[in-house]
Amino acid sequence: MASLDDLKKRITSVKSTQKITKAMKMVAASKLRRAQESAERGRPYSDKMNNIIVNLSNSITDKDNSPKLLVGSGEDKVHLCVVMTSDRGLCGGFNTNIIKKAKTFFQKIIDERKTLKIITVGSKGYDQLKRAYKDNIIERISFKDSKNVNYFDANKVGKIIIDKFEKKEFDVCTIFYNQFKNVITQIPLDQQIIPLKASETKNSPSEDNYEFEPEEDEILSNLLPKNISTQIFKAMLENSASEQGSRMTAMDNATRNAGEMVDKLTIQYNRSRQAAITKELIEIISGAESL
Amino acid sequence: MSDQFKLEIVNPEKSFLLKDDVTEVVIPAYEGEMGILKDHISLISFLKPGLIKIFSKGAEDRFFVEDGIVEFKDNNLTILTSSISNINDMKKDRIDAILSEAEKNSKDKEISDQQKYLADQKIEVLKSIN
Repeated sequence: MASLDDLKKRITSVKSTQKITKAMKMVAASKLRRAQESAERGRPYSDKMNNIIVNLSNSITDKDNSPKLLVGSGEDKVHLCVVMTSDRGLCGGFNTNIIKKAKTFFQKIIDERKTLKIITVGSKGYDQLKRAYKDNIIERISFKDSKNVNYFDANKVGKIIIDKFEKKEFDVCTIFYNQFKNVITQIPLDQQIIPLKASETKNSPSEDNYEFEPEEDEILSNLLPKNISTQIFKAMLENSASEQGSRMTAMDNATRNAGEMVDKLTIQYNRSRQAAITKELIEIISGAESL
Repeated sequence: MSDQFKLEIVNPEKSFLLKDDVTEVVIPAYEGEMGILKDHISLISFLKPGLIKIFSKGAEDRFFVEDGIVEFKDNNLTILTSSISNINDMKKDRIDAILSEAEKNSKDKEISDQQKYLADQKIEVLKSIN
């Protein structure tokens, strides 16, 4: 059995761990509020952008000549996967969930004998993927230095993707991120951004005729690259909100577990203290009796 | 009938401006300045660097944009832009910074005609508000 001193030390150590997790939970909670706000504020832009693109692509009749970013390169051989994770750990299953989702997708691609290329955004994703898919990772991006999610960073990622597309390095591009549903639930998602999935055409084909200036395809070819950056930005915002939410829950659990552990250790400490005292008393009494 | 319509300016980070008493908006569309009044035909266009002028009851606001997309539909004007700032808030050194960068870009031999056109536009506009 552990000595009293050892028990005491363990209790103190668990208590200080608890203090840390508690502090992390508070920080995550306040960051979460901000991240959630900016995720909600960012939604109108991407929604409107999507709307305009849907309206535009509906009015395009000549599908063969429309921009490649919309219809794809006509092939389905090389897949580019952009896996977006966080730069920091200690956030529960946040990163693992994305990676798991991505890995199932990777396996499918490999089984279909297609070429797989990976870009990781955020260092945690790279750390988890480098073992199994080292040769597939063609680029790793990390925004450790920028404090908040900003459009400028998203644009950088978007430019890299478009650049690679124009060099015909891949045919299909999918991004992986966590969608923020609420503090407890985050849903890992895969979203295909090149070619653009036409399934989002919910509203009936636009009956109103738009006036375009300049021509439709010219607008589209200008708009689509922007849309990629916008989608990336949206994913980054959702991700950062999810990260904080997930960290908050994880740290909340950790704090509770530490509390339980302290209770258990304290009981154990008190019991063994009592046992020691009893033992000493018995020794004294039996010593006195033998006289 | 009033001659007012709704205007929304959105940038990636937030909804930048929302007004529902606008009477006229002048935008620097790609092929020239364009004034939009109520009951304009549905329109999609994009912006070149320039000034957005917003006229509402007795007030006039002016914003500098570098790029963007405009959609007008059912008397709702939506402007999506990643770079917008109110002229009154723009410091002179910031204007100068953008200006000198645009000038550098414009002299660059590598860039396409379209980019050069945009850079030249930027210079012209910035000089006019300076």
